[in-house]
Amino acid sequence: MNDDSPLTALMVNFAILSLFAIGGANGAIPEMHRVAVDIMHWMSDRQFSDVFAIAQVSPGPNVMIVALIGFHVAGLPGALVATASMVGPTCIAAYVMTLIWDRFRTAKWRIAIQAGLVPVALGLMAASIYVVADAANPGLIAIAVALAAAIAGYTGRFNPLWVFAGGAILGLAGGL
Amino acid sequence: MSDATTPTQPTLARPSLAELFVAFAMVSMSGFGGALPWARRKIVDQKRWMTAEEFNEAFALAQFLPGPNVVNFSVVFGTRFGGAAGGIVTLAGLMGPPLILVTILAWLYDNYGGADLIERMLTGILAAAIGLMVATMIKMAKPLFARGLHWSPLIALTAFVTVGLLHWSLPLVAIVLAPISIALAWVRP
Repeated sequence: MNDDSPLTALMVNFAILSLFAIGGANGAIPEMHRVAVDIMHWMSDRQFSDVFAIAQVSPGPNVMIVALIGFHVAGLPGALVATASMVGPTCIAAYVMTLIWDRFRTAKWRIAIQAGLVPVALGLMAASIYVVADAANPGLIAIAVALAAAIAGYTGRFNPLWVFAGGAILGLAGGL
Repeated sequence: MSDATTPTQPTLARPSLAELFVAFAMVSMSGFGGALPWARRKIVDQKRWMTAEEFNEAFALAQFLPGPNVVNFSVVFGTRFGGAAGGIVTLAGLMGPPLILVTILAWLYDNYGGADLIERMLTGILAAAIGLMVATMIKMAKPLFARGLHWSPLIALTAFVTVGLLHWSLPLVAIVLAPISIALAWVRP
């Protein structure tokens, strides 16, 4: 595998991202977009928002978007390399931390780190929403669907699956 | 391998590696819109492998780490119950089945994605997904803004503007902003 290989690029980019994904996979969406669309030109805005939608509606962790990006870039090996790189470093960290967690879980610095990361995660979540919405360039009806979904999600009275189904049907019915 | 990871409190049933795999595969495949509520239901309510308190503690550790929370959680949980082998098994259960499914979807999308019908459906799903993320964001923001005058909304706003509006590199922003935020959390919690 030479250095220009897309597999190397997938591995390096997602392994780095794995360690900076504060607040989980949804906070890492802007960086995925920056790398996949702006820098590497692996996909268009349209394709990025499509794979985001597919990952959201698929069962399983939302981080599965990296498998979709990887597959688009380099087929099955791409999907496997991207996924392994995105979860590998943080899983090793999780294993080590599990063994030593009890020693410092009540330490003041541990609590400060956790509390300090919450507002960063919140800002990144907002950034993710903005980046995906901007890439999708939605029309008025799409915005109305998003608003309805936000209310449904906030009140928690509907299974997310129904919200997705509603969005899909409305999308099919009238060009959003 | 398992000495350091033996749970401190007795649990009602000690799962085998096969049980761990099946449990996380089921949680993963039913986890639309985030697997956490399903993981809680399975682990605390149905299997009683952990108390609610132990679950929250394990999830706090998963959140403490960067990367996908539920993936971290699977490793934390598996390691607690079965050492390194347990961690690998729960991770495989969580990631394996959806990876197969998503790969099939990726193949379908690369071959038929351009079709008008598919594009319209995906636009609708995307709008719904964005709405659900907005709901999650509001729930996250509420306790932060409820404290009155505080530094944390300013940190959140900075992250949003730099990473979202200005498209700056996330690793770069995180390296600068996270230590500032942690320092503020230390002096003014």
